[in-house]
Amino acid sequence: MEISTALLFNAIIAGLLLGGFYAAVSVGISISFGMLDVVNIAHPGFVILGSYIAYIVNSRYGFDPILVAVALSPLFFLLGMALYRVYYLCFEQRGQESLRGLAFFFGILFITEVVLILVFGVDYRTVKSVYAETTLRLGVLDFPLRLVVPFLVSVVMVVGIQLFLTHTFFGRAVLAVAQDQLALRLMGVNPVRVKQLAFALSISTAGIAGAFLIVIQPVEPSIGREYIGLVFAVCVLGGMGSIWGTLLAAFVLGLAESFTSTFFGPSWAPAVSFGLLLLTLAFRPSGLFGR
Amino acid sequence: MKIIGTVVKWLGAVLLAAAGVATAQQPLKIGFGMSLTGPLAGNGKAALISMQIWAEDVNARGGLLGRKVELVYYDDQTNPATVPGIYTKLLDVDKVDLVVSGYGTNVIAPAMPLMMQRKLVFMSLFGLNVNGKFKYDRYFQIMPAGPDPAVDWTRGFFETAMTLNPKPRTVALVGADAEYPHLALEGARAHVKRLGLKVVYDKTYPPKTVDYSPIVRAIQATNPDLVYLASYPPDSAGMVRAANEVGLKARMFGGGLVGTQFAALKTQLGPLLNGMINYEAYVPEVNSKFPSLDQFLAKYQGRAIKEGVDPLGFYLPPYAYAMMQVLEQAIKAVGSLDQGKLSSYMHTFEFDTFVGKVRFAKNGEWAIPRMLTVQYHGIRANELEPWMKPGHVTVLYPNEYKTGSVKAPYHENKK
Repeated sequence: MEISTALLFNAIIAGLLLGGFYAAVSVGISISFGMLDVVNIAHPGFVILGSYIAYIVNSRYGFDPILVAVALSPLFFLLGMALYRVYYLCFEQRGQESLRGLAFFFGILFITEVVLILVFGVDYRTVKSVYAETTLRLGVLDFPLRLVVPFLVSVVMVVGIQLFLTHTFFGRAVLAVAQDQLALRLMGVNPVRVKQLAFALSISTAGIAGAFLIVIQPVEPSIGREYIGLVFAVCVLGGMGSIWGTLLAAFVLGLAESFTSTFFGPSWAPAVSFGLLLLTLAFRPSGLFGR
Repeated sequence: MKIIGTVVKWLGAVLLAAAGVATAQQPLKIGFGMSLTGPLAGNGKAALISMQIWAEDVNARGGLLGRKVELVYYDDQTNPATVPGIYTKLLDVDKVDLVVSGYGTNVIAPAMPLMMQRKLVFMSLFGLNVNGKFKYDRYFQIMPAGPDPAVDWTRGFFETAMTLNPKPRTVALVGADAEYPHLALEGARAHVKRLGLKVVYDKTYPPKTVDYSPIVRAIQATNPDLVYLASYPPDSAGMVRAANEVGLKARMFGGGLVGTQFAALKTQLGPLLNGMINYEAYVPEVNSKFPSLDQFLAKYQGRAIKEGVDPLGFYLPPYAYAMMQVLEQAIKAVGSLDQGKLSSYMHTFEFDTFVGKVRFAKNGEWAIPRMLTVQYHGIRANELEPWMKPGHVTVLYPNEYKTGSVKAPYHENKK
């Protein structure tokens, strides 16, 4: 195959756009797993839930799915708060968060999937939006808006979360709870409350990422399971608890996938992506931006 | 002594008769796995509805062999790993009388070793060349791929391609990393060799791919005349979208996309399908060739809409029903559930079904291929109604069903 400039630059663009989507799907895990030590394996299930909520509102009222998801993110926030409360009382408080907590979240994932199947059936669903089937062409470069819009909103979301964590009192409390809960308690801050609100934030990002997903591709209830490996890989590669690391790791994996698919063969893409993960961890076990 | 002997004889006869009555009152159980969740669940649920309609119809006519028919099924989750366990349970725990397959190559193949071990008739639903390596003489397939499915499956696409003027010279082959696409691409390579075409791209992709545009761009960079794609529903949608976004230029594109045969993807993709070549089991354009199909479709569509499943029912449902009709006719003709006699009958005789006459070749596949190669055109909106009547599909192959010629190139016929 002849490697043209157009092919090269389009592969870069495709990789970055895909990375933006991966960052949105993974940033919630960076918070819940990376900072709070909550192995929320049900996170992709909430992404799919977000997809279906976007689908319902879009199909009934015609509103843009991403706007719907942002508007309804407080609902996911409340859901996250309730879920963490149950998790804390049943497992974390009793010191049983490791295995039993994991089983709890697996259960949540499957319950979410089954409920969606019962309510919506198993057919693939998609949404209509003014940009989903439009591609901007600048010379030889293609910018499918189906990926560009989620990319832009994702970057804004991730940067916003990073600024929130580093420039607000509550954000710094979240970073502190990840470092030393006892010290935080001694400073008069309730770490459980902080974790609850941070977990809720992670779930609300899942709802927004769900809208991105259903704009990018058709969705059916069991598709969430396919993202479990990816979200934890991005979180670990980026460095536990690092939002910038998550963003960079997502771009790295997106670019790896795009380049491999374009120039070597798409079958190799997962091997290259996870090979990069292993290589990075071999030389830098804490991840790209981990401490 | 003589009196005692007579009493024993009479008692034995009464007990035997009672056992016969008990058996006759037990339902005739037909067991199978079916994709009720997972990527192929849309089709699996549609097939299940058809089979349930068949069971109701048969029971309304008095059942089979004087016994009420009962379907016993489990969700295989479109996951091949679940299949051996499901069929072992059906046979050893549920004690079903007959088995049929689930939907699709991926879940039919894992059941084959067990069927061969137990010497069971295995009527199967839309698997591509599953029996090619097993060569099991009690395997039967309701998908009308033809006696050499590995090659017949892709014949329509390549025969149509060779009607182009000038003839194409290069081809790109692409498909998902899964059983069906692998088999379809094997068949495509056989045609490529036979026709002297040059392969400029031949790769597969992981089914979980999110963005297909790098793949389509890589294909475009090789400038193929033909692009043959073998894919499952999520990647069918992804590749069609990517082809439109990238502006894929080829004389013909498509061939083996699973998914565009049923309502969900037809409505979701709508105008994006224009110009594409693909296979279909039934389209309204050939309605006159299948006169009794309307009766079944009316019954199916009413149920499907209520259950939130493919409301068109043009792809799997008629064949799922026909599969059960074949079994029904064989059992009635043979008069028993003897697997050897059933198999022998099914190899010998022709069956009259909603999808027309069905006759099996020695390997259990259809003696004459009947899968339609079509080109989509004139779709303006993402709606279901246009697909329900003739006007948006040209049947290109086989000649018996042909309604027009291919319009090429693909990128100039996307209207």
